[in-house]
Amino acid sequence: MKNETSHIILKAEQLSIGYKTKKIETVIASNINFELQKGQLIGLVGANGIGKSTLLRTLIKVQPELSGAISLNNKDLKSTSTLELAKQLSIVLTEPLTSKNLSVFELVALGRHPYTNWIGNLTENDTTTINNALSLVNISELKDKKCYELSDGQLQKVMIARALAQDTAIIVLDEPTSHLDMYHKAYILKLLQKLTKETGKTILFSSHEIDLAIQLCDTMIVMTKGQVVCDKPCHLISKGVFNSLFPKDLIVFDDKTGSFRVTK
Amino acid sequence: MKTNHTYSFIVLTAILLFCFVLNISLGSVGIPFSEVFDSLFGTVQNNTSQIIITKVRLPKAITAIIVGSGLGISGLLMQTLFRNPLAGPFVLGISSGASLGVALVILGSGLFGGLFATALITKWSIVIASSLGSFIVLLAVLAVSNKVRDTMAILIIGLMFGSITAAVVSVLSYFSSAEQLQQYIFWGFGSLSNLSWSDLLIFFSIYAVGLLLSIASIKGLNGLLLGDNYAKSLGLNLKQSRLIIILATSLIAGTITAFAGPIAFIGLAIPHLTRQIFKTTNHKILLPAVFLFGAIVMLICDTIAQVPYSDYMLPINAITALVGAPVVIWLLVRQRKMMF
Repeated sequence: MKNETSHIILKAEQLSIGYKTKKIETVIASNINFELQKGQLIGLVGANGIGKSTLLRTLIKVQPELSGAISLNNKDLKSTSTLELAKQLSIVLTEPLTSKNLSVFELVALGRHPYTNWIGNLTENDTTTINNALSLVNISELKDKKCYELSDGQLQKVMIARALAQDTAIIVLDEPTSHLDMYHKAYILKLLQKLTKETGKTILFSSHEIDLAIQLCDTMIVMTKGQVVCDKPCHLISKGVFNSLFPKDLIVFDDKTGSFRVTK
Repeated sequence: MKTNHTYSFIVLTAILLFCFVLNISLGSVGIPFSEVFDSLFGTVQNNTSQIIITKVRLPKAITAIIVGSGLGISGLLMQTLFRNPLAGPFVLGISSGASLGVALVILGSGLFGGLFATALITKWSIVIASSLGSFIVLLAVLAVSNKVRDTMAILIIGLMFGSITAAVVSVLSYFSSAEQLQQYIFWGFGSLSNLSWSDLLIFFSIYAVGLLLSIASIKGLNGLLLGDNYAKSLGLNLKQSRLIIILATSLIAGTITAFAGPIAFIGLAIPHLTRQIFKTTNHKILLPAVFLFGAIVMLICDTIAQVPYSDYMLPINAITALVGAPVVIWLLVRQRKMMF
């Protein structure tokens, strides 16, 4: 209903993803279509090995798409330069940091890279943005700590602050809740929801926390064998999409509670 | 925090100046401090002390500064580029590549024999062979590192290059004269002396180019601290940054090995020592700090190597290994993990 006025930030058309070597083309998922609106929290869910990471890696231009088109802010992703992309899209990955000897402030400051001069000097404006990012994620007091002193949950918040400091319209997170306990899983996802509301950024994350995602996301992309569906969580439930997510021998989706139950 | 670093930099610069003067003052011949200063500032002309200072000790001290800072910086670049705390010009086989080039020139010339052989062994042919050798090995290591993601494999490949060099050298030494062998072995000990002012000018020019390239890659190096994918997401041109870093390293490490021989452990140990003191991995602070630290350590090693007031001159390589190896062991034991 509101779709006419809202702004589409990321769009995939007839997208096919996978890996290509010289001879063989391994298609992991195909016929992917979705439109992501500005200022929304979008969860990407699916079973292990279904291609969530591949999809995210394709969307952030780490690996090329096999066919189809991705457009970011109405511009084809292929024709977006690395530096332009850096000002539009920031990422939080699962891969461990190469150096944990950085202080939190230094790490978050690296987010300002696309905007700083040749040697990376921070202007006053940069410092303000960094401090804002730190306070948005509630980690201002960790500023001078070293990254190796942090817990997994704190480190994840720092990485989110770094992405915020990059000042992009969209943030993509690959499994931001892995390695975290139940409380921190909810905390991080709730934080992401808060950030979309407060900053108007679009946040796309992949996760295995389907029940939490259903409760918090504006839109969800569900990857199942054979199809990729993108819709509001309530519509997805009524369509019964979640039931086709996993083999039915162990767990089934309960429409009323919006969570999975072990079959008796 | 910032003032803290400024303070450390002032102290380090003061120590560097002190070591520089100390290095010049001490040598096989005792020269009093007052005369050292007079010679340095040119108030005395043409007496023995002045000649010793300006013709021998001053070029040697400057060489020590270039070698120490250069090896430290190339070690720092390698450690960040290969994401490996054990990387350094020596470990990655860059020095081995340089040695191979030199061995081929010095020992291989025996195969040609006669007049041609003596014409081949000039300082220049050694410099060119050594720089070429290091550049080729570095390119090979980079080519492999693009294929093999595992950084451990890269280190092992570096070690293999070392073995290949050793093997080629032993084959060549079988066919070469005792004199040539001696020349190669002396080069292999490493030496900071024997550089005239004109040599030094060329040495410094190439080093300066490498240094400028390293300064230009500071931002890229900081981006690489997050890993390749993050660096790319920050708008960094990975290929270009990598190429500049590699070029800087091979220029610096290659010329140093050519002019001063393969000098061990400085490239590996200095960046770690610096990180211990400055407690940061920000290259904007690390690069100048490594420069100062490398220069200081090298000056001290050289002062020890020349054994003040005696006629002995120890091989510089032995001293750097004696200083460097325990430092690396100490860091490994104390920190358990060499972080960077």
